[in-house]
Parts: sequence; structure tokens; C-alpha cells
Amino acid sequence: MLTISNLQASIGSKEILKGINLDVKAGEVHAIMGPNGSGKSTLASVLSGREDYDVTGGSVTFEGKDLLEMAPEERAAEGIFLAFQYPVEIPGVSTTNFLKTAMNEIRKYRGQDPLDAVQFLKLMKEKMKLVNIDQSLLSRSLNEGFSGGEKKRNEIFQMAMLEPKLAILDETDSGLDIDALRIVAEGVNQLRSPERATIVVTHYQRLLDYIVPDYVHVLYKGRIVKSGPKELAFELEEKGYDWIKAEVETV
Amino acid sequence: MTPSNQNNDLKAKLLADFRSLEERLNGASKTALHQTRREALHQFDRLGFPTIKHEEWKYTNVSSLIKEVFEFNAASQVTADDLVQLESSRLEGNVLYFVNGRYQPELSKIVSPAEQLTITTLDEAIKNTPDLLAQYFAQYADYRQDAFTALNTAFAQEGVFIHVPANTTVEAPTILRFLSDARAVNVASQPRNLFVVEKNAEVKVAESFRTLGDQASFTNVVTEIVLAEDARMEYYKVQNESDMAYHIGTTQVDQKDRSYFYSATVTLDGGFIRNNLNIALDGSECEAHMYGLYFPNGRQHIDNHTLVDHRQPNSHSNELYKGILEDRSTGVFNGKIFVRQAAQKTNAYQSCKNVVLSNDATMNTKPQLEIFADDVKCSHGTTTGKLNEEALFYMRSRGIPKDEAQSLLMYAFAEDVIAKIKIDPLREQIERRIQAKLAR
Ligand SMILES: Nc1ncnc2c1ncn2[C@@H]1O[C@H](COP(=O)(O)OP(=O)(O)OP(=O)(O)O)[C@@H](O)[C@H]1O
Ligand SMILES: [Mg+2]
Repeated sequence: MLTISNLQASIGSKEILKGINLDVKAGEVHAIMGPNGSGKSTLASVLSGREDYDVTGGSVTFEGKDLLEMAPEERAAEGIFLAFQYPVEIPGVSTTNFLKTAMNEIRKYRGQDPLDAVQFLKLMKEKMKLVNIDQSLLSRSLNEGFSGGEKKRNEIFQMAMLEPKLAILDETDSGLDIDALRIVAEGVNQLRSPERATIVVTHYQRLLDYIVPDYVHVLYKGRIVKSGPKELAFELEEKGYDWIKAEVETV
Repeated sequence: MTPSNQNNDLKAKLLADFRSLEERLNGASKTALHQTRREALHQFDRLGFPTIKHEEWKYTNVSSLIKEVFEFNAASQVTADDLVQLESSRLEGNVLYFVNGRYQPELSKIVSPAEQLTITTLDEAIKNTPDLLAQYFAQYADYRQDAFTALNTAFAQEGVFIHVPANTTVEAPTILRFLSDARAVNVASQPRNLFVVEKNAEVKVAESFRTLGDQASFTNVVTEIVLAEDARMEYYKVQNESDMAYHIGTTQVDQKDRSYFYSATVTLDGGFIRNNLNIALDGSECEAHMYGLYFPNGRQHIDNHTLVDHRQPNSHSNELYKGILEDRSTGVFNGKIFVRQAAQKTNAYQSCKNVVLSNDATMNTKPQLEIFADDVKCSHGTTTGKLNEEALFYMRSRGIPKDEAQSLLMYAFAEDVIAKIKIDPLREQIERRIQAKLAR
């Protein structure tokens, strides 16, 4: 589904991604872990098309198409969704109105008819239940004044609405209480299917108890320096990153 | 060239026009009103058109205006069919049309019963109720300081006089539609309005300015608003003029005890615009609310000057102006707040926020607070920035195309001022126009 080969990206003269290789197949869940500042959010941003970064080398294909050629909105329409580490507050635009616009733009791209108000509301009700989010939150300005946890939950709600093929969750678990964590994980698991894939960026093994990954990767200094099965996450939780850093330095 | 030489053409023409006006007046030139006109003309002659050396006109250069040649009060044939293209809102209320400064009775309708309000053209008021008019006319808008006010006062002839008797609530809104028909020649008009709201009366009035055609137009409008004790007024000024339009306007408000004034000034389009909104809080426990929205693109220039003069204690003024600037447009906001020594316990708030969408657009903001009382609450703030890039990316990453995301953000920015327009058809019309402008 997604093939990243030797992806390099920088901001200004600062090189951040130094050759990422990753292959994600439909149906899989990949966890990406790694120390602060190693480039996890940068990778997520580059995949979703943030223009602040210059891609200086490598390629990314998504379902056979050159992803790097596409505008962010096209990537979304092709089925990529990024749950932001820091969701943005947008005063004056309600979540409901925002999502309706987004959904119908995506449907337009796919040659589908727009959802009417009734269909949209029905879908919204269904998904609200799934992530246990309140109507009053959704009629407020998007993320404005939301608590940290409410913002994250709103990201998952949007994901549930848009039903992406590839969801990238950037530290969606940080700042969540245990109940919210479970709800978020459930939202992700509901979407799991042989046609979809998920990339979960996290610092905590805890989330991976709920969203069990097929692979765990360690990103360090802009490279994936170690990959393994889900047990790698336990090892990292236990031992930290020093041993990996040491391994990298000796190579 | 000296500044006065630059002024010569238009100024000399206007001075000559005044002499021929006087000749036509015959006997009427002895009236008190005409004496005021004559005095105003003298002041205009003395002041001359302002140059950018004048502090109040630093960013608004009228030199290109005074180089144009205009036909004042040009005859025009505007029919109901011509109005269709303007897609004006259908307002249930009193609608008065003026074309190139002249009243158009066949296009107008007055629905409010006579006991609720008297609404006449200025022309009629001069003939029929000169004494009532003289009590108020030119008593508020200062023609000794401002050349354009002086000019308007000197030629005051057409416009609207609204008088709301005490203890009456006028339900239907009144909208004055000033149309410049610039299809054939450059046209100029100088509407002069006077709204007097007596004790404990209430009224809603909107002024709309539009252009037909591509020739240049010049509108020099003065509106005086007098609110007696406990009077309440909603006042809207909506400008939707052509890129070839020059508009200089002054709205002068005088408020007595416990009166309430609520205004929104919305400039959707217009080549060269200067709005002065001056409010004298000449009573205690008054409230004045001022909202503004301006949205220049291309090479449009929009200048809003506001002045709130707190003269008595315990009054409250509140101001929010917002601007979106595109292309090579320029905007000016100058907000003065005076709090005189007697005006203890004043609350005065002012805020001006701008989004500048292009590197070639400029916004000049200048808040000016002069406070002589010690027990007051005043705050002011201005911001000028770009559209939030983070928000833009967030929206695009959810599938909303860039243009659409930009319009949503801009609309959201303008929304809180748009929502202040309480006459529904007027607000809906403005919403549609803004959305159309955003979608371009
Ligand atoms: N806009 C930017 N300008 C300058 N440096 C940046 C910018 N964005 C990211 N960086 C730098 O790139 C590096 C990688 O940042 P990134 O946010 O991708 O890390 P991360 O792995 O997500 O870290 P964390 O675990 O703290 O979220 C950091 O050193 C960061 O300071
Ligand atoms: Mg990060």
C-alpha cells in the first residue's frame, strides 16, 4: 500500500530525514517509536504533504501513485489521514461544518455525490457514539478551547468519519487518561480491516496493548535503525533507547 | 506647486457652482439654513482639500480625486430594471432611492405609519419644516474643521430627514439606497442626512452605497444623528461601490443620557473610501457600539476613522473593526478615544484586527487614546497578520482544497462582525456578497 524508499527531507539547511525505508501493506499496523526529535512527526508531516519541508531525495508511492506529487488535499482524498500530535485550533469554524466540507470535497474527488444533511447527521451520530464524543463539543469552534484529551478524541472522531485507507496517528495517546486511551484504541481497531493500514507513532508501549502492531520500528536521527515484532516495544519500554543508540554508533 | 494650487481646479469649480446655486435660490438665500451653507462654503474655501501633510489624511491621499472632473447631480434614467442587476436585498421596510444625489420617488416606498416616524427628503424639510430642521442641521458635524463636511454642508440640498417622536418604536427598518449612475459620465453627489430620535424612541436605519457603470463617481456624504435621552438606534453603512468610486463620508452622532447607539460599517468594495464615524457621548450612562468590516482587493483603498468622545460619566463604548486585505490594496484604521475629565467611570474598548493576504497589501493602524479622567477602564489593541498557515494545512490534510480552506478561514475571521448585522435580509445579502468575493 505504502512504500517509502530512501526518503530524505530537510527544513532550511537542516537535514531531518536521512533515508527512510518502510513498506506498509494493507491490513498491517506499524508502530514507530524513537527518542524526542528523531523525526517521527516530520515523517508524518511529509507523508501528509506539509509544505514547510523540502523532500531532497527518495520516493513514496501510495497504492502505486507518486504521493510526493500530490497536494495535501489530494492525499486526503486518496485516503491518507494524519491525526496531529498538536491539533490546530480554528476559531469560527465548527467541527461539524468543517467535517461536512471535508467529506464532500473528498467525495467530489472520488466522483461521488455529496452527502445530504440527513445522511451526514446520521453518520455523525454513529461515529460520535464510537468515540464517545459529545455533540456540544462538535458545534463549537474546531478545537478552540478544547482540553488536550478532547482534541485527541476529536482527531479520532474525524478519522472515524473519513474512514481513511491509511491512518497515521502521531502521539494520539499522549495526554489521554486511561478511559480515553481505550476509546481511542477502539476507534482505531474498528477501522482495522484487510484493506486498511495504520501507522502509530507513540512513546508508550501502553497504547500497543490496545492497538497491537504487526511491526515496531525505531526512528533515530532520521533513520529507521531497528525493526522488529511487537515484542520490541516491550524491550524499549524496559531498556530505553541507549542500547539502540550504542548499536547505531558502533556500526 | 503649492497645495492650494493643486486644489485649484475642483475647488474653483465648486466655488463657482455655489455662486450659481445662490442665484437660483433667489429669496431663499436669506434663510438661516442658507446662511449656514454660506458660512460652510467660506470654511471650505479657507480649509481647502486636505493633503497628506494633514495628520488626519496622512495615509489617504485625495490628490487623484481632485484631479477628476465630475458632473454633480447629473440627471439619470434609472429604472426598476436597472436595479435588478444590483441584486439588492428585499427589505420589508422603508426604502428610499437616490440616484446621483436625487430622490427617486417612483423607486421608493415608505411603509411605516406617519405616527411612528416622519421621513422626508431634506429638500422637502427645507421647504416645509425649516424651523425644526434648523434646530439640528449642521449643529453636530463640524464644518469648521473638515473640508469635506464643509463642502457637503455648503451644498446640502438632497438627502433624508428622519424624525422619530418620543416613546415610539419604529418596527420596520429604513434603508437609504444611494446609487451613483456612472454609466455615461463621471458623477458626483453630496447626500446630507439627519436622523433625530426623540426621548425613549427607537429606530433602525441603513445606508447603502452602490455604483452602476464604469465611470468615476464621487460621493461626499454627511449624516448627523441625534439621540435624545433613552433613545436607541441601530445604524448600518454598507458600501459596495466600483473600483472607480471615491467615497468620503462622515457620520456624526450625538448621544444624550442613557441613549444607545449600535453601528456596523461594512465596506465590501470601493476604489477609494474614507469613513469618519464620530460619536459624542454627551450624556451619562450611554452605550455606543461600533463594528466594522472592510475587504479591499485590487488597488482599493479603505480608510476608517472613528472618534468616541466621552464627555460625561458612566458611559460605555465598544469597538471592533476587522479587515481582510488582498492584492495591492491598502487599509487604514484610526481609532480615537477621548475621555474627558468629567467622564469618570468610563468603559472604553477598542480592537482592530486585520488579515493581510498578500505581500503587496498594506494596513496602517493607529489607536489614539487621550484620557483625562482617572477612574476609567480603557483597552485597545490592534493586530495585523497573515492567514494561519497551520490552520490551512490542517484543513487541507482533511481534504479541503487550498482555496476553499482559505475562504473558510477568512469567512470565519469576518463572521463575528457579520453576525452583528441584526437586519436579517441585509446580513444575508452581505454574507452572499462576501462569499462570492471569497470564491473569486
Ligand atoms: N519547522 C522546523 N524548523 C526547524 N526545525 C524543525 C522544524 N520541524 C522539526 N524540526 C526539527 O526536526 C527534528 C525532528 O523533529 P520531529 O518533530 O520530527 O521529532 P519527533 O520525533 O516527532 O519528536 P517528539 O517525540 O518530541 O515528538 C527536531 O530536531 C526538530 O527540532
Ligand atoms: Mg513528534
